[in-house]
Amino acid sequence: MAQQPVISVRDLTRNYQLGEVTVRALRGVSFDVQPGEFISITGPSGSGKSTFMHLIGCLDKPTSGEYFLDGKNVAKASKDELALVRNQKIGFVFQGFNLLKRTTALDNVELPLLYNPKSGMKASDRHKKALEVLAAVKMSDRHHHLPNQLSGGQQQRVAIARALVTNPSIILADEPTGALDTRTSVEVMGIFQRLNKELGITVMVITHEMDIAEYGTRFVRFRDGKVVVDQAITKRRNAEDELAALPPPEVDPEPAGAHAGGH
Amino acid sequence: MSIFMTLRIAIKALGRNKMRTALTMLGMIIGVAAVIAMVALGSGAQAQIEEQIKQSGTNLIMVMPGNFSSGGVRMGGGNAVTLKTEDATALRDVPGVQYVSATTQTRAQVVAGNQNWSTNVQGVDVDFPNIRLWTVKFGSWFGDQDVRGASKVIVLGSSVANTLFGEGVDPTGQIIRVKNQPFTVVGVMGPKGQSSTGQDQDDTAFAPYTTIMKKLSGNQNIGGISVSTASADDVLEATEKVKQVLRECHKIGPGMEDDFTARTLEDMAATRTEMTRTMTSLLASIAGVSLLVGGIGIMNIMLVSVTERTREIGLRLAIGARGRDVLLQFLVEAVVISLFGGGIGIGLGYGLSWGVRTFMEWPALVPINAVFVAVGFAAIVGVFFGFYPARKAASLDPIEALRFE
Repeated sequence: MAQQPVISVRDLTRNYQLGEVTVRALRGVSFDVQPGEFISITGPSGSGKSTFMHLIGCLDKPTSGEYFLDGKNVAKASKDELALVRNQKIGFVFQGFNLLKRTTALDNVELPLLYNPKSGMKASDRHKKALEVLAAVKMSDRHHHLPNQLSGGQQQRVAIARALVTNPSIILADEPTGALDTRTSVEVMGIFQRLNKELGITVMVITHEMDIAEYGTRFVRFRDGKVVVDQAITKRRNAEDELAALPPPEVDPEPAGAHAGGH
Repeated sequence: MSIFMTLRIAIKALGRNKMRTALTMLGMIIGVAAVIAMVALGSGAQAQIEEQIKQSGTNLIMVMPGNFSSGGVRMGGGNAVTLKTEDATALRDVPGVQYVSATTQTRAQVVAGNQNWSTNVQGVDVDFPNIRLWTVKFGSWFGDQDVRGASKVIVLGSSVANTLFGEGVDPTGQIIRVKNQPFTVVGVMGPKGQSSTGQDQDDTAFAPYTTIMKKLSGNQNIGGISVSTASADDVLEATEKVKQVLRECHKIGPGMEDDFTARTLEDMAATRTEMTRTMTSLLASIAGVSLLVGGIGIMNIMLVSVTERTREIGLRLAIGARGRDVLLQFLVEAVVISLFGGGIGIGLGYGLSWGVRTFMEWPALVPINAVFVAVGFAAIVGVFFGFYPARKAASLDPIEALRFE
């Protein structure tokens, strides 16, 4: 492929010092991600997949090795440079949503734009952009709700909108369905699939559930700090079709809080 | 991120915990209000003293027996008996001196009919009203022949006249008994009001000093000499000359200390102003301690807040906040608490001093520079006590912070 990879890592290692013992969490990983890929990363606890994600997410620096993000070597960048990379090129989605309490969905989504040091974005432009990405996750009608007035699935959708708002090169999702029930999990994976397909956004999902991993296009498995499986997913699941086949939700998906807040 | 944005974020964050923010502010509010109120009381008292000096004249020289300017050892100096009537007479010829009056005093019971009152009877000379710029309301002041003859005449202060004869009554010509001796009331002084030390200056009576010495106290020495100069400009020069004359009279050789004290009213007022100032700074520093305690309260709450919001900090770092953005956010939160608290404290301090002025009739004046100092101090407290928690927040590891439960 002539296209430049979004992510290209070479011989990436990461050692932790725990007292006298050196823990080799990552033992030389080489890995390329092409634009538009949907990668599922799995592995047991302690396999190094979390460490790998922290490095890819520029939250941590490798002990050795090279990491090119959009062609730029960020393995030896300074703390402030990494903060800038996180702000502009990476969108994070967490298991626990991590929305700011008592802050509206809109304000939560706008937050990354506030930390962009270069763009003197006007407040009206920030609103516009935030509303745009909230529409992409189908949350426009609830942009003035507070997190505690939203269901888990809705909160995760706001979190995805927040990850999208800076037009990142890649979205990193760490166990995005870990706190959700089956139906909501399918919904959230459906949003990732749609963003990936329609907007061409590169997605990397970390999960320990095999069935969640099957929504991706490429399957990667870590063990003992190394990539042991890296293959295309042949029988890919389609969240939209599955959702249509699922029985309709038994209860009103809106939590009580949404009603209380509405009155 | 611009400072304006940081400010907005900080105010939003504080608004999420209104009760806690208000309580933290309370420490600053009380501290600043206390400092302002204390300084207001002090400067009010100072202003009053200065006002009184202006009123009682800046051309006064007071001569007292004994030397109490030479250090703490001779504290009893005021009771020494070193001044004589001749000293007062000698001072009349000093150039620059306009009026001289020997003074002495005794505590006595004054009785008129069935009314009686204990007051301070001052023995003075004919020029005394000219020295104190004090006018007679009823009757007249006593004359030279009364002093020479030690006549039993008395001029009442207005408070004493009111007590003995009732308000507005002219008692001239009445006989009152002082220490069981009959005295003729020849006059009543106009009201003078409170002195700077809070005493009623009208609770007194005046008789010729010769009468007091011969008939009432039996003292051979006078208690002091009041001198006034023709103009306030002469007062320093005249004081030096008065000292010189008295040293000659008392045969004090060179190198020996004075056995009397001659001071201008301004000197004495300066001493009192100095005392008031010391008192004010003392009170203000005690109030300042409460500001410090308020600052520690801010630090305490900010530390709790940082721990509580660890995940929020982790998230902010993950989405691109730099360490300094987080530092600034928490610092600004602390400063906003302290400045808002300081602002409210200034209002409260103004209110307190207004209350003291209005209801306790105590002079209280809020000096504008005290307001600036209080605000500046509040800001410094916010930065100082906010810095440690803010740095703690900024130095969090984003991975650890995001995992924090």
